[in-house]
Amino acid sequence: MQQGFMQRALLAGIMVAVLCPTIGLFLVLRRLSMIGDTLAHVSLAGVAGGILAGVYPPVMALSFSVLAVLAIEKLRRTYQHYAELSIAIILSGAVGLAGILLSQKNSASSDLMSYLFGSIVAVNEQDLLILAAVMVIVTVTVAILYQPLFYITWQEEKARLSGLPVSTLNLVLLILAALVIASSLRIVGILLVSSLITLPVAASLQWARSFAHAFWLAQGYALTAVILGLALSYGFDWAPGGTIVLMAVTLLILTLLVKWLIRSWRRHGLSTSA
Amino acid sequence: MIKRIDHPRWRDRNKIQTEPVVELRGVSFAYDDRTVLTDIQLEIYPHDFYGIIGPNGSGKSTLLKLMLGLVTPDAGEVLLWGKPLTENTNRARVGYVPQKATAFNASFPATVAEVVATGRIGRRGLFARPNPQDREIVADCLERVGMADFAHRHIGQLSGGQQQRVFIAQALAGEPELLLLDEPTVGVDSEQQSLFYDLMTHLNHDLGLTIVMVSHDIGVVTERVNKLACVNGRLFYHGEVSLFKDRQTEILSRLYGQVVEVVYHHH
Repeated sequence: MQQGFMQRALLAGIMVAVLCPTIGLFLVLRRLSMIGDTLAHVSLAGVAGGILAGVYPPVMALSFSVLAVLAIEKLRRTYQHYAELSIAIILSGAVGLAGILLSQKNSASSDLMSYLFGSIVAVNEQDLLILAAVMVIVTVTVAILYQPLFYITWQEEKARLSGLPVSTLNLVLLILAALVIASSLRIVGILLVSSLITLPVAASLQWARSFAHAFWLAQGYALTAVILGLALSYGFDWAPGGTIVLMAVTLLILTLLVKWLIRSWRRHGLSTSA
Repeated sequence: MIKRIDHPRWRDRNKIQTEPVVELRGVSFAYDDRTVLTDIQLEIYPHDFYGIIGPNGSGKSTLLKLMLGLVTPDAGEVLLWGKPLTENTNRARVGYVPQKATAFNASFPATVAEVVATGRIGRRGLFARPNPQDREIVADCLERVGMADFAHRHIGQLSGGQQQRVFIAQALAGEPELLLLDEPTVGVDSEQQSLFYDLMTHLNHDLGLTIVMVSHDIGVVTERVNKLACVNGRLFYHGEVSLFKDRQTEILSRLYGQVVEVVYHHH
């Protein structure tokens, strides 16, 4: 029984570790890091609504997120030169809505805590199946559209000129992000999911010379954080979501430290030889 | 004297049978209420190495944007291969190296090969995966611009001139028939500039590529291109470089004289 839930947690954690940085790399390089946080808060409203209405909360979170993505794209066109404003507007709306939904007495259940911070115990077969389905959708889509997605991330204007449907590709990317976030909620939690989208990418960018390197390295960082985090949370009985994210932060700090050491060692080496 | 004037006319008569690659018919364009170009009429033929020169703010970059369909004319028509821009669905026939192509986030994780490979997407189609032929063409293009040894280098660590050659390779990877370049020699040192023009001449002669290049560097451009358009709001000259050189002083004083008047007018 206990082993069963650990296996489920590990399996779910590995899938989340692959999914989050895969989408995260494109988002971070497109200066859309904040979209993870926004969609997480939209998901919070969705989860609260789901608990209230008696609908499976991740499904509700996903529906809310997809609507939010469509609204963000629409607003992004209205405020062309202030793209981040569209994200801020949706974030405000989502927090407001979540506040109202959470104040309804039925939604303030203990279940909510597991969505806020993630919970191993909460991971069931249904969650695993949804994660697996999202995993297939995301890997197949990214595998097929890898180069076009790289192109719009690297040179959006030129990609448009070469005839690529840039707006559609943008939308595809954001919908994939919504899928990843809604399905990862149970593991890392609403408040922490965006950190697993950005932190491994931030660490990988310190080393990566090529896009492909950054892609695989970010997944390596995320997998390490998830596996170490799960082990520690099991051993010390810490909250798994928080432990995983703290591991990601630790790996990032270590990376920056090593980078700094290498740089100062090189500078030192140069100054003594000169 | 008569012979020299007749010579290009004879060539032009031959070219009447060939369809122009680019044709602007009475094109006018204004940004809001500021008129940039008035009644532009010009044709660019296959295998031309065409220079567009003019002072700052003369509308020469706008001319290129009109050819790319980035802006639409207020009056007149832009035709590519005899068809209006909107009917040219195959964008891969046109390669483009934008102005300040080298001004990008230098820490972006991308190698030279990854960047050049994006040039293939327009040809291959959105959903097709890169195949061995694509990789071969990418390698060929890098070879052609002399950057084959840099394929796996981080793009942000290269010099301005090297980055520019990578962006040319990226444009070539789409196997274009027409190459448009906007101020390609800005921020590139003189040695790299000379290499750049050698490369353009090679592409023009050996691959038969039609090249259109916007520049403010009249001296160098007139040495390298075979056709020229002098723009400052309207066309002051267009045609063979040899003919331009005969009347260079006159044309240039009119071309730049206009600017002085405009500046004075605003005071």
